[in-house]
Amino acid sequence: MAISRTLATAKRVLLQLRNDIRTVILMIAVPSVLMTLLRYAFDHQIQVFQSSGPMLLALFPFTVMFVIASIAMLRERSSGTLERLLSTPIAKAEILIGYAIAFGTAAILQVGIAIVVSTSILGLKISGSLAMLVLIALLDALLGMSLGLFLSAFANTEFQAVQFLPAFVLPQLLLGGLLIPRDQMASVLRLLSDVLPLSYALDAVARIASAQPWDHNLTIDLVVISLAIPLSLLLGAATLRRRTD
Amino acid sequence: MTLALEILNLYVTRGNNRILNNLSVSIETGTITGLPGPSGSGKSTIMRSIVGVGRIDSGTIDVLGLPAGSPLARQKIGYLTQTPSIYFDLTVEQNLKYFSTILGAPPQRVAQAIAEVSLERYNKSLVRNLSGGQVSRVSLAIALLARPEILILDEPTVGLDPVLRDDLWSLFETLRQNGTTLLISSHVMDEAKRCQRILLIREGEILSDASPETLENQTGNHGLDSAFLTLIRQGEKHGYKPYPSNS
Repeated sequence: MAISRTLATAKRVLLQLRNDIRTVILMIAVPSVLMTLLRYAFDHQIQVFQSSGPMLLALFPFTVMFVIASIAMLRERSSGTLERLLSTPIAKAEILIGYAIAFGTAAILQVGIAIVVSTSILGLKISGSLAMLVLIALLDALLGMSLGLFLSAFANTEFQAVQFLPAFVLPQLLLGGLLIPRDQMASVLRLLSDVLPLSYALDAVARIASAQPWDHNLTIDLVVISLAIPLSLLLGAATLRRRTD
Repeated sequence: MTLALEILNLYVTRGNNRILNNLSVSIETGTITGLPGPSGSGKSTIMRSIVGVGRIDSGTIDVLGLPAGSPLARQKIGYLTQTPSIYFDLTVEQNLKYFSTILGAPPQRVAQAIAEVSLERYNKSLVRNLSGGQVSRVSLAIALLARPEILILDEPTVGLDPVLRDDLWSLFETLRQNGTTLLISSHVMDEAKRCQRILLIREGEILSDASPETLENQTGNHGLDSAFLTLIRQGEKHGYKPYPSNS
């Protein structure tokens, strides 16, 4: 693998984002605006904001990177740039890791600003380690991105790709423990919740925000998320066929 | 002479349609070969197979003795797709800089390639703000970037004014004299005159393989346009159908 081609790809994806100022503003401002809404919607039940706020912080990068990555890869396919890239010496891993570096960087910026706004202006209390929270948000972003890259192979149009958000992200959100604690779910739903990677991401964030001591549950969360990323990247690589019809 | 490309018994089908039917052809280095004719004859399919991005059913393709699509063969080929495949949300220069790293071309080639397609003034322009002809020239500049030994150009001059077309063909001729092998498809029959060899493909088979002069002589010197017409008509008498029933 050539590091120069991977870094050039990351730089290219970031340049594409930067040349689209409105996307950058939306990406950075929307999480902070939503956190502000959440804060004042629960003005009289501040404990709801304190308990679900951190989960939301981890959810933004997952959702946004899922959509942006799937649309970006769909555009690479439909514009012919993917075919052109695959006719050059570049390896598939170099393309995918380049994407991961670019979207990871964008996610850190996004989450970093949302955390600063939430803790300093909105009064969100993070009892555990801030660095761990940023790390998990970054893992969430990479998870969302790799799932988006993989699933984009099954969308032929941008209309279809956008529908993947309600189709694949909302169920994970409903079953992830944000609305109803996972141990109160019916057994079938609980099982479903157990196989969806976002459940572990939300669980990990909740544990860190409430400063629970590090235990095996948190370790399991982190291992599952960390394994789900390369797994879906591998699935994504399998959908990048060099020879097509 | 060494062979730049060697295609043996190439079969390609898409769905129920046979696109290439037992096609074999060898192309020598330092030549320009033209693939004229209408769309749908299999020109792009041949080009995509050589570059290694088109799925083939059977047959072998060697690129300077290397199997087509292998990492080493991919290093030897510059490829221009029929529709411009570049990033519309990057500037001309950003596109070329990215591909120069991917292709391992020296940094100074970026400015040179932009000059070769006469786009110096648009260096810092976003591609989405350029005209159609300018966009296809950016795409061409990327194919030229790494000074590849073989250039596969699918309709490089489409939508360009006659002066620019002439400039580009002069560039292709200079590249050929320096040893580059070019395979160029075009629907402008006049351009075929600037090739050493013309392959006329019809329904996935080679209908004629000759130099432009030979072609014109064979068919009564009424220009290349009428030469192709004559050849296609002759072919039909020998069993080719003008409109294939399966498409």
